[in-house]
Amino acid sequence: MERVPILKIGDILLVSIQTDMSDQTAVQLQEDLAERIVATGCHGVIIDITALDIVDSFVGRMLSTIASISKVLDAETVVVGMRPAVAITLVELGLSLNGIRTALNVERGMELIAAARADEHDLAFDDQADADTTASS
Amino acid sequence: MALSAEQSSRLAGLLTRHEEQVTQRWTEAIAGSMRGRLSQAELRRQVQDLHRGMIVASEQGVIDLDSEQASELRAVLSELSRGRARQGFSATETAVSVFALKDVLLDLMEDQSDGGALRDYVAFAALVDQMGLFTFESYVRTRESLIADQAEQLLELSTPVVKLWEGVVAVPLVGTLDSARAQVVMERLLQTLVDTGSPYAIIDITGVPAVDTQVAQHILKTVVAARLMGADCIISGIRPQIAQTIVALGIEFGDIATKASLADALRHVLRLSGVETGRRQHRREA
Repeated sequence: MERVPILKIGDILLVSIQTDMSDQTAVQLQEDLAERIVATGCHGVIIDITALDIVDSFVGRMLSTIASISKVLDAETVVVGMRPAVAITLVELGLSLNGIRTALNVERGMELIAAARADEHDLAFDDQADADTTASS
Repeated sequence: MALSAEQSSRLAGLLTRHEEQVTQRWTEAIAGSMRGRLSQAELRRQVQDLHRGMIVASEQGVIDLDSEQASELRAVLSELSRGRARQGFSATETAVSVFALKDVLLDLMEDQSDGGALRDYVAFAALVDQMGLFTFESYVRTRESLIADQAEQLLELSTPVVKLWEGVVAVPLVGTLDSARAQVVMERLLQTLVDTGSPYAIIDITGVPAVDTQVAQHILKTVVAARLMGADCIISGIRPQIAQTIVALGIEFGDIATKASLADALRHVLRLSGVETGRRQHRREA
């Protein structure tokens, strides 16, 4: 059975889907990814679908599920490299990939995750600062 | 009503005997309806071609314009109507060029007073009618192909995607947006986003004369598709009347940013992407 490789780059896991997904491959990918997120403590997942010619409701649901799983494990998911033809087809079919963030390419996806992480850090520090000020007053 | 073999040969004889007279009167009749837009020499050449074609066809015993013997005549006729259509003559003017032959034939045959002449004339007239209809059809065909060519050219040149800034592309839409054009615009824009790696696109609709629900639907689809690919779209160039129409029609742009001018849209995008613009730098220094 084919397995989709998961690569670790710094704080991010990169999944590049090269073949048409079967039910089994999708389930396997979800399991592998969940394990890797926990094992590595990564906070970002980038799914590259540049090679996919067709994204149907099955693949759409798989992406949504992966995003939800990652979310629970505190990792941000970004889908990158969607082809124009795929995007047009999805729009014509009325399929919107709800709750999935997208970026044009892997580079932009990494920037997006970095920015999201930075925002969270800012928030955390703000909370800390608020706590400090309340304590001191 | 088809020509019999004898009628056909009589027609050939008639046309050959009175060649000079036929071409002369025919040219005059057409020249009247053309009102001097074609030179006399040009008309004369066309009429001579037609005349020759008819003689050839009728000598071979043309029964029907659709028959094989009339192929040369058909070629001359379609050549004539193609020329007329391209020069901008109306359909009537083109058809009259052929129908004028009836008057000429009537003049020629009035002299013969035997009973067969009337029958012959009716048969000849039926042939001329067929020729006229054929001319008309080729005229319409030529016009349609002209229109199709122009539509295609319009599609090619009217949808440029321009780069405004590093990471910002814009589509200035000009003219009415129908489904075919919207599709081309959408594909070009999305492809450019991929090619240039630009995360921002501005759709400028200053040149769109009217926005109805269908046009709005096309624009919204483009924006949603761009979002799926990970790029953000801004709609700009919304004129006051268009804004009123949009509200009156109840079109919802949702959370898509809309700006009045392209300049506003560019400023908005630059702020989003964190580029320092002059005004903000000043404010910060102050």
